[in-house]
Amino acid sequence: MVNAPLHIITLVKWVPDAQLERRYNAEGRIDRSEGVLSELDEYPLEAALQIKEAAPDREIRVSALTMGPAGASTAVKKALQIGADDAYQLTDDDLIGADIWATSVALKAAVETVTGAAEFDSGEPEYLVLTGMASEEGESGALPAQLAERLGAHVVTYATALDLESERLVVIRSGGTESQRVAVTMPAVVSVTDQVNDPRYPNFKAIMAAKKKPLTRFTLADIGLRREHVEPKVRVLTTAARPPRTAGEIITDEGDAGVKIVEFLAKERLL
Amino acid sequence: MSNVLVFFDELGEALTPAQKELIAQAAALGEVRIAVAAYDGDPTPVLAVNGVQEVYLPEVSLPAPEVAIVDLLETSVAESGAVVVLGSSTADANDALARLAVRLDTGLISGAASISADLVVTKSELAGSYTTTSQLVSAATPAQPLVVTFKPNNIDPQRVDTLVTDGEQPEVNVLPVRPSVGGVEIEERTAMEVSARPALAEARVVVAGGRGTDGDFTPLEELADELGAGLGASRAATDAGWIEHAAQVGQTGVTVSPQLYISAGISGAVHQRAGMQTAGTIVAINKDEDAQVFEIADFGVVGDLHEVIPQMIEELRRRKG
Ligand SMILES: Cc1cc2nc3c(=O)[nH]c(=O)nc-3n(C[C@H](O)[C@H](O)[C@H](O)COP(=O)(O)OP(=O)(O)OC[C@H]3O[C@@H](n4cnc5c(N)ncnc54)[C@H](O)[C@@H]3O)c2cc1C
Repeated sequence: MVNAPLHIITLVKWVPDAQLERRYNAEGRIDRSEGVLSELDEYPLEAALQIKEAAPDREIRVSALTMGPAGASTAVKKALQIGADDAYQLTDDDLIGADIWATSVALKAAVETVTGAAEFDSGEPEYLVLTGMASEEGESGALPAQLAERLGAHVVTYATALDLESERLVVIRSGGTESQRVAVTMPAVVSVTDQVNDPRYPNFKAIMAAKKKPLTRFTLADIGLRREHVEPKVRVLTTAARPPRTAGEIITDEGDAGVKIVEFLAKERLL
Repeated sequence: MSNVLVFFDELGEALTPAQKELIAQAAALGEVRIAVAAYDGDPTPVLAVNGVQEVYLPEVSLPAPEVAIVDLLETSVAESGAVVVLGSSTADANDALARLAVRLDTGLISGAASISADLVVTKSELAGSYTTTSQLVSAATPAQPLVVTFKPNNIDPQRVDTLVTDGEQPEVNVLPVRPSVGGVEIEERTAMEVSARPALAEARVVVAGGRGTDGDFTPLEELADELGAGLGASRAATDAGWIEHAAQVGQTGVTVSPQLYISAGISGAVHQRAGMQTAGTIVAINKDEDAQVFEIADFGVVGDLHEVIPQMIEELRRRKG
């Protein structure tokens, strides 16, 4: 039996660079004027490419999908350079301030639009959505489960290893107190951690090739949604920056630093 | 008084500190009802806590990632009429509650620190650099309960002990929920080794080591035991296999917020800082005076950890006499 084609959609997010200062704006939203492709989203992309490369006889396409402001095109473009076959960007002013609930509504429609439009030569494709373990700035890790619930897909989160078999994906994951080997059938949403692989860097050839790859942009209306479908359920009331930590007393060991630390701890009543 | 539903994805022979804390958070809001997904034997004696009225169980234990857990939660919400659902922000609980929020068409706030009587949630954002408050848009006229997942270690453990006291056995309500068939199958389960030391995320003191340990964690283990501390590590140390991955502190590891964090042989990369910079006091030992970790240390020693740590241990023992 010939294996059904597989459409892997990797979700990639354009996020404020964690190496720089990140802040909230006056509207109580994270400032997204500058950004980078989330590091955590390089792992699902790499995982998708490895799955594709390991199955040369199977028709597998890797699409990158992002939702974000106009600047988010740098995230999908980088995904194309790293190796995605095509890319999709959902941008709409009505998505500004989206919470997890609204984001999963929009991404569900976007995933269905992407899978609906794709044509495969070797039959009806199955689809697999791969995501990072969490978004770098939201850190909730709740999107994969919400998206799966909406798509009616199976979900497995925090994968540390993936192996595609003919009709299922075998995943190693750690829940809370145990490590599990889990088999999941398509359609599925799987989130992967930074333990799953070592993401590749795009080389010059890949960067040049990426310029010819298709990038499709759509708005909410293009995926059949209106503003009232994506109104957030949660509202941020206040944001307060914590005073940044400052350096305290730094000493150079002169043979008594161990004692000095204990004295410091005693003084601070930490013993 | 309003009803609060608490979700435990698994329940062992005793409540964990994080579970007690959740009960404490819930009890401040109203009458507590608890839905338990995975359990052995009869879980009710463990839940004989003042303020806990009722326990919802599936017909058979449902270990995560079993999707029927979401059915259990949905039914429990209907049975309890809860105005808010609380759970932990660990992977399995977060997944189930995230799906519940979709089913109920309601808002989810994950990784919270606390919740007020009027259901305003406080949480730490952007790796601890901000504190935000948020609530349901429909807070004035909520049609559905708010769903909130919590990080542990937000209430002082002594205070938790005064809030969560032994009580009568709660009423048990077995709901008609059974495991699902197909889709996601668990083929193998391996219990992770449980360290005898305090759990990292809940420990009041954490001793963490990085590449600078050169692979020998023995001195750090001894120091941790002297201080009753949990043992953590940087990703460089866990990636090298010097210590289990569960010990990784940072953005993609465990987030800790102990009273005291002792960092030894760790450079203090932004990924590491994301998991520990809200600690009360940070002590850093690093032989490089330019190490980033010194920017956030309350007390720093430029020196060799192989000399400083043994001396600390010796001094601590001397003081104990
Ligand atoms: C997506 C992603 C996620 C990541 N997540 C995490 C995470 O969750 N947690 C995490 O920790 N890292 C994480 N990292 C890795 C992180 O960027 C750093 O590489 C890592 O924290 C470095 O570990 P280290 O400080 O032990 O090693 P190094 O950076 O190599 O530092 C070792 C330090 O030890 C000091 N040292 C050496 N010998 C001694 C001695 N004898 N005595 C005293 N000091 C000594 C050195 O001066 C140096 O400062 C992540 C990276 C990525 C890309």
